[in-house]
Amino acid sequence: MPSKPAGTLYRGREGMWSWVAHRITGVGIFFFLLVHVLDTALVRVSPEAYNEVIGTYKNPIVGLMEVGLVGAILFHAFNGIRLILVDFWAKGPRNQRKLMIGVGVVWVVLFVPFVIRHLTHVFGG
Amino acid sequence: MSDIAAPRSSTHARSVKGGGRNRSGQTNFELYSWLFMRLSGLALVVLVLGHLFVNLMLGGGITALDFAFVAGKWANPLWQVWDLLMLWLAMLHGTNGMRTIINDYAEKDQTRFWLKALLITASIVIVVLGTLVIFTFDPCLDPHSTLSVCK
Repeated sequence: MPSKPAGTLYRGREGMWSWVAHRITGVGIFFFLLVHVLDTALVRVSPEAYNEVIGTYKNPIVGLMEVGLVGAILFHAFNGIRLILVDFWAKGPRNQRKLMIGVGVVWVVLFVPFVIRHLTHVFGG
Repeated sequence: MSDIAAPRSSTHARSVKGGGRNRSGQTNFELYSWLFMRLSGLALVVLVLGHLFVNLMLGGGITALDFAFVAGKWANPLWQVWDLLMLWLAMLHGTNGMRTIINDYAEKDQTRFWLKALLITASIVIVVLGTLVIFTFDPCLDPHSTLSVCK
């Protein structure tokens, strides 16, 4: 395999950054998924074991990490729909900038109410 | 029919001749993988956002999650099927995404091989474990269970 030529950086602007963000959020979600199946599997051990581990999800620091996780999932979901539209919708590539703005709008519209509700649960007692 | 007579002959015609392989000697695995990411992705948007809405937005959200909450949900076959589908699709989608990333960034053949072996092992363990948990769940493991099946 040839080694990388030095001093090159692909400057693809928002198209490149959404691709990078899709990868990073995807990897993050994948590792959470592995942990989440393991913690759920504790329902087969005992109710006490499950309740104790799921209790850590209610801790304020973990609560803030959940906000990040949901933000990542919402981005990955709607950026994924944008990718599908670019691939399969005839007008997708021509409207790619508008689709990108659409992802941002949907993300904000769903994320803000979630943050308010979730942080009320986590910190409101 | 020769390749020259039909340079764009269908995948089917090619796969019949080449035993599932196209002219360049490769299978269509990457095409199906690309298509699978889009189809499973679409299903996962509904499955995962529905899961998040029911578990984190409705009722007490995260504060209401405990063994009884899980027991109540899995008493309904709809949620069993929902969670099983979500587990399988998310794991296949995630594992395939990780495979793509390993192929892109791990340059040595040996590194790629071992990373993929680790990935596939971990994925099989998680999918089998998760499936067993959904199918063998016993709500009456909780002596305080108020579900009618435990009385």
